[in-house]
Amino acid sequence: MKLSNLETFCLILADSNLILGHRLSEWCGHGPELEQDIALINVSLDLIGQSRSLYQHIAKNGETEDDIAYLRDAKDFKNHLLCEIPNGHFGDTIIRQFLYDSFHYFLLEGLTKCKNNFLRGYALKSIKEVQYHLKHSGNWSIRLGDGTNESHNKLQESLNNIWAYTPEMFELNTPEIQFYEKLGLNKDKIKNNWINHTNNVLREATLKIPESNWGQSGGKTGQHTEHLGFILAEMQHVRRSYPDAKNW
Amino acid sequence: MGEISLEEKFQNTIDKESKIEPKDWMPDGYRKNLIRQISQHAHSEIIGMLPEGNWITRAPSLMRKVSLLAKVQDEAGHGLYLYSAMETLGLSRDESLEQLITGKAKYSSIFNYPTISWADIGAIGWLVDGAAIVNQVALQRTSYGPYARAMVKICKEESFHQRQGFEIMTNLAKGTKEQKEMAQNALNRFWWPSLMMFGPSDKDSTHSDQSLKWKIKRMTNDELRQEFVNKTIPQVEFLGLTVPDPDLKLNKKTGQYEFGAINWEEFYNVIKGRGPCNKERIAARTKAQKEGEWVKAAAKAYSAKKINRRNTKAA
Ligand SMILES: [Fe+2]
Ligand SMILES: [Fe+2]
Repeated sequence: MKLSNLETFCLILADSNLILGHRLSEWCGHGPELEQDIALINVSLDLIGQSRSLYQHIAKNGETEDDIAYLRDAKDFKNHLLCEIPNGHFGDTIIRQFLYDSFHYFLLEGLTKCKNNFLRGYALKSIKEVQYHLKHSGNWSIRLGDGTNESHNKLQESLNNIWAYTPEMFELNTPEIQFYEKLGLNKDKIKNNWINHTNNVLREATLKIPESNWGQSGGKTGQHTEHLGFILAEMQHVRRSYPDAKNW
Repeated sequence: MGEISLEEKFQNTIDKESKIEPKDWMPDGYRKNLIRQISQHAHSEIIGMLPEGNWITRAPSLMRKVSLLAKVQDEAGHGLYLYSAMETLGLSRDESLEQLITGKAKYSSIFNYPTISWADIGAIGWLVDGAAIVNQVALQRTSYGPYARAMVKICKEESFHQRQGFEIMTNLAKGTKEQKEMAQNALNRFWWPSLMMFGPSDKDSTHSDQSLKWKIKRMTNDELRQEFVNKTIPQVEFLGLTVPDPDLKLNKKTGQYEFGAINWEEFYNVIKGRGPCNKERIAARTKAQKEGEWVKAAAKAYSAKKINRRNTKAA
């Protein structure tokens, strides 16, 4: 399947949102308190909702959002690796979320002024939701990082473990670079905003940012971790088991 | 003034259909009975999140995934409203959740049955939320103010869940042969447990008389069950499915559907912890609560530090 630059860009964002939304939905009923269950479901709902608008926008030739989500294999998924990392404990989930939310927020901020009408409208709508996500995960990062000794140590470990998945967000491949330019998106500005914001919040959380900038990547070109296959096996199972079913 | 006149005054308020509020005097038995009923109800909402949550990651379309997530989120919200109503009677949410995992407090037996196909999500929305509505519509007139008001909020969302569940069943029942089989199979498994949701038959119900006098309950278990059957059978017919009850028939004279004998032995066994999923449900809650402890402790420690810092600054 040959994808246009717009389609590639939308798929990276849509798949990232869907897969991360899927991960968050695994928390449903298992959160530390009802309030956190509700909050994580909220974020999950927003992210999956956003992925739907993007899939609907790029669907063509009678294809539906569900065809895109349910009938592709791992190699065609373009989500950031960060999004498919397992939930771990609540702190692991919060740190993963915070790092993605800050990227997501500043990317959308750039898109609200970009040259593509659809993406501009999409970003104006989505950024209101993501602003809340960022506040939620940031506040929890601070609360857990600066809470008890136990929570501090747990969170520092979460950060150390996931850090290697952050460089991928700013490692653009050729179609992305071309598309960023065409849209008038400033990659360096997004990256600097991300660095400043994450530094500020993590400092307030009394956490130390890992020194190594060596990162894992490949998600955006379809080279995933071992986890994605299992996510898709679960997510797509019913849909694929009944190929003749038209309506659910 | 002796306690008798307080009690009379209390009963008068109830007889006038006025609400009892948290600060009003109430007999100990009323308080205990309500705490039992509201906590049981709250626990049912959050235990109910588990069998349904089980299918969120496998929902067969993004639209279904989103609406199931939103539904389960509503149930968490119902849990919150109900725990708050319960707390006005003097039992905290934490204490009550502790009673849930130690087995001291009960929850609806229906959630001890497994959800083993996607159709079960349709069946639960349609039948279980449907049965809950019948129960809860009556409870909107319950005598305790905070409980009655929680019910009003909750009922609106439950009808939405019920419609959604029925829509899933409709799509399956009118879909491919395999989808229809899936729907019939779910109905077969959830029909009797849904009827059991209304609790023991009136002649065996231990709490019924007093609860009716205090207007904690407004209709008996058997009345509610009958109303549910009358309401649901035409929907089963619309779907082109059948309930697993050879004795079911419409009594033309009374206009009521008469149904076969309920297996009370199964009901009491499930209530006592011997249902197919009791252990899993309690294990999941226990795990969530235990693993949530460090998070709660951290949040508490952080807010104490914050207050401390503010005070130091102000000084
Ligand atoms: Fe509910
Ligand atoms: Fe419901």
